[in-house]
Formats: sequence, C-alpha cells, structure tokens
Amino acid sequence: MTQLRAWLTADTPVSRNHARAIQAYLSWRALASNPLTMIGLLIVVALVVFATLAPMLAPQSPVAQDLTQRFIAPGTQYLFGTDEFGRDILSRILYGARVTLYIVVLVAVTAAPVGLLVGTVSGYFGGWVDAALMRITDIFLAFPRLILALAFVSALGPGIENAVLAIALTAWPPYARIARAETLTIRTSDFIAAARLQGASGFRIVVGHVVPLCSSSLIVRVTLDMAGVILTAAGLGFLGLGAQPPLAEWGAMVSSGRRYLLDYWWVATIPGLAIFVVSLGFNLLGDGLRDVLDPKSS
Amino acid sequence: MALTFFGLLLVTFLIGRVVPVDPVLAAIGDRASHDTYEQVRREMGLDLPLWQQFASYVLQVLKGELGKSVLTANTVVDDIKRVFPATMELATTATLFGVAFGVPMGVVAAVNQGRWPDQIVRLLGLFGYSMPVFWLGLMGLLLFYGILDIAAAPGRVDFANLDVVETWSGLILLDSALQGEWEVFFDALHHLILPAAVLGYLSLAYISRMTRSFMLEQLRQEYVTTARVKGLSEARVIWRHALGNVMVPLITVIALSYANLLEGSVLTETVFAWPGLGQYLTASLLAADMNAVLGATIVVGAIFIGINLLSDLLYRLVDPRAK
Repeated sequence: MTQLRAWLTADTPVSRNHARAIQAYLSWRALASNPLTMIGLLIVVALVVFATLAPMLAPQSPVAQDLTQRFIAPGTQYLFGTDEFGRDILSRILYGARVTLYIVVLVAVTAAPVGLLVGTVSGYFGGWVDAALMRITDIFLAFPRLILALAFVSALGPGIENAVLAIALTAWPPYARIARAETLTIRTSDFIAAARLQGASGFRIVVGHVVPLCSSSLIVRVTLDMAGVILTAAGLGFLGLGAQPPLAEWGAMVSSGRRYLLDYWWVATIPGLAIFVVSLGFNLLGDGLRDVLDPKSS
Repeated sequence: MALTFFGLLLVTFLIGRVVPVDPVLAAIGDRASHDTYEQVRREMGLDLPLWQQFASYVLQVLKGELGKSVLTANTVVDDIKRVFPATMELATTATLFGVAFGVPMGVVAAVNQGRWPDQIVRLLGLFGYSMPVFWLGLMGLLLFYGILDIAAAPGRVDFANLDVVETWSGLILLDSALQGEWEVFFDALHHLILPAAVLGYLSLAYISRMTRSFMLEQLRQEYVTTARVKGLSEARVIWRHALGNVMVPLITVIALSYANLLEGSVLTETVFAWPGLGQYLTASLLAADMNAVLGATIVVGAIFIGINLLSDLLYRLVDPRAK
C-alpha cells in the first residue's frame, strides 16, 4: 500500500503510463478532498448501480397492478408506498433509474462528439468553414431548449427515443462553442506546428492532438449539462411526451400522481425527489470536476 | 439576428414537413375522391418544390399569419394575443422576485466569500439548478395550499372573479387596478404569488450565482481599495461602488433569465392551471394541433432572440467601453 502510494506520488515518472497514473491519482485526491463532490459522485454511482441491478433490487414488478393495494402510505410494507394502481413505488423508482440513465448516456454519447467535432474543425480550419459552422451553432444556441424539444417531439411522436433525439439536437451547440474556444488557443502551439511540419494531415491533427486536449473542459460541461438534460427529459415526461406508460419514468410518475396530490402526497412527491437528487448529484460532481480539471473557469 | 430568425423559421418549417399527419387529409377527411385530393393539394401549394413552399411560408410568417388552430377554431395569432399577457405577467413578477432576492444574496455571498453565508447561497443556487420546476410547484401547492391553506388554488383568479374586469392590456393586475376593481386585484395578486415565487426561484439561483462572481471580480479591483483608503464606509464601497459596476453585466444576465423564464413557464403554467402561452402550447401539443404548436414556438423563439438582441444593445448603451 505505502509502496503503491510512493509509486503514485513519485516526482520523476519512469514511463508514460506511470506519468498518467500519477496525474490520475493527484486529480482523484483533489476531487476526493471536497465532500460535496464526493456526495455527487456517490449519487451518480448509486444511479448506475440501481439502474443496472433494478431487476434484482426491486421487491416487485414495476408494472404489476394490485387494486386491493392502492394508495398505501410509505411504511414497512412498501418503503415508498403504492400508487393509484397499487404498484410498488420503490420498484418503479428503481426501474425509472434505467430510463433516466438511458437518456443521459444516449444524449452524452451523441451530443458531445458532434459538438466536439464541429467545434474543433471550426476552430482549427478557420475561414469560411468556421464562419458557416458557427452561424449554424449560433442559430441552435438562440433557441429555447425545452420549446424546441417540445416541437420536435410533437412532430416525431412521443417516446423516449424521440425525446433523446430532441434533447441531443438542442444540447450540442454549447459543446461546439467550448471546443472551438479551446482549439483556437491550442492551434497556435509549437507542438501543432511541429506535427504539421512532419506532414500530419489536418484530420490527423484535429483528431490526434486537438480533440484530446479539449476533452477535459468538455467533460466538465457535459457533466454539468446532464442535470439539465435530466430536468428536460423529466419535463417532457411530465407533459406526457416522454416515455409512455406503463414504462416507469419519473416525470410521468409525478404527472400521474399529481391528481392525488392533496390526499396521497407520496405518489407525486417521491419520484420528483428522485429527479431532484439525481440532478443535484450531477451538478455537485460537475462543480467538483471543474475545480480539478478546469480551474481557470471557476 | 435576422439569420437566427431565418433559421428558426427553417426549423419550424421542417418540423411541420416531417409530421406524419398529411395536411391535405386533415383538411378534407379521408373519404374525399382522388381528384378533390389533388385539387386541394394544389390549392395548399403542396405540389410546389420544397424551397418555394418555404419561401411562401416565410412570407406568410412575416405578414403575421400563422394559420388557424384546429383546437380553438381561431387564428393562431389571435389565440397567442389572448394568452400571452398571462405569461408575461407571470414571468415579469418572477423576474422581479429573482432580482429582488438574487442580487442582494449574490452580493452578501461575495463579500463573505468562503464563509457560511456564501455556502448557503451556493447551496440554494445548486438546489435551484437541480429542482424540476413542475415538482417544486406541486410541493408549493401541497404545502401552502393543501396544508397551510394560505396560498390560492390554481388558476389566475377565483371563479367568482372571472370576467369581472374588462380586458384592456390583458395584464389582470394592471387592468383591475385601472378599473378600480380592487377585490379582483388582490385576488389576482393572491393567485400570482406562489407560481411567481416558484418560477422566480429558478432565476434567483442563476442571478445570485452570476452576481456573486461579478462582485468577486470587482472587489479585487484597485478602485475598491482606493475607496476604502479614502475612508468611505464599507457599505458604501460595496453597495454603491462595486455593485454599481456590476449592474452593467447583470443586465445581460437578467435579460437572459427573463427569456429562460418564458420557457420555464410552460411547465409552471401546467401545474398552476395558468391560462398562458405555455398551457396553450401544451394543450395544442397533446391535440396534435401543429399550426398552434409551431406558431407558439415561433413566437417564443422570436421573443427569445429579441431579448438577446435587446440585452446586447442595452449593454452597449450602458457600458461605454463596449462601443
């Protein structure tokens, strides 16, 4: 253990991987020193664990109805109570974590690479490419996000896939802006000039040298954005345009519990609390990551 | 700016094209003969090339024609004129709330950087960023209406006060005050407070965070030291000198948060049965009333773009360095 720590904190790395390990370890230490960040990380990890293990953890099926067990208050029998169809809310929350995770991951893996590519290409090549790409980015950036997502979903039809598509379409422009700003400072560096003199193609420079350097600030932004994505997805679900019943989705659960709010408070309150906690988790983690990876912007 | 608006129209046009509903069939029903179908299709201009259709669409929108709503049988423009004041009233009150509390909170946080007031403001802001607004609204209703019974029921006024006041501006507070209907005025105010506070909390989170970071930047400047050395009171240094310089970038922040509230109002209005643009939009969405949906999208988008432009202009007006 002490040997490992000594290896990880050595000030003279002996290999490239050693240097990387030291870097990662030091970042981790900085991250772990902030308790709020750790709470955020814990929430995000819990989301992933609950979503993956939902079938094993859930005491009941998320869709099994039992009308004799309607509106049972939270207690020992049902931890979070039951809803208007006698379904166990705890099980629905656990399965709902899958929907939330699915949306978050899908938006992140579609919007972030697109934004990264547009931004780096735009920043590196400049000229008319830059002008054209940034105009398009500006147009999308000027749109109200939820409204545009609403219009998209109404055209494509309600459902998770369309909700993801709509959110991803409105999520990439800020990433493009960040990537472009980073690229502009990187492209005049000596090592880029060296790579160019060695005959590297523009594509190779962008993908091999520029993209990796932009990724840390992008990771911060994506993490912070995930909170907003969860809220937008939940909003779409609340309006009945996201995941369709009987699939357990937190926003839709709040919406259906809304009718019984004053008599059976838990039906709408608990799924909303789940949205809030997960969204807070991403915000806390994102804040902490920014302090470590991207100190200049905080 | 003009380009952005053009882009907005292009997007709404394309959305209108990919709808799986055939507009011709929607107009004539599926029992009409093939000839009638072709004739109506030509009349609606759907046989023209796509770019010509788009050009005539842009011309129409510029003339202020957004088509007819299937749901209400009015033109979309009339509908929006009717519902928009309610949204404006809500968003404006919410922004006032956000500024009135957010700016002082941001200043206090910056002055006490790293100490407990700063932590509290930071946490309140984080909560605001993470809170689903529709859920916050429901919790507000549950607590203040259901349990404490001090807030009004959803809606804009009580049932008995509906249609008492003539519609002049559509802003019910203004109309009732001008017409001396004080009972309606206070009833409307009572109904407005909770939704405006819920929505205002979102802008409070944003405004207080931005105020804090702008203030921190100003407090490091040398003129602040000079003012202190001159013997000015600390309150004067902070609230007059530093905050005075922060007001300029804050204008942009406040304008942006106002634009964002127009969007947040879609969900808030649904929760509070607030008869504004957001509720109109969601009702049309659920009824697949595309003219109304796209019309409302264009209007909100245009306001969004307009506010962005306005805040840019204001910024240049107030800050001579930006010229």
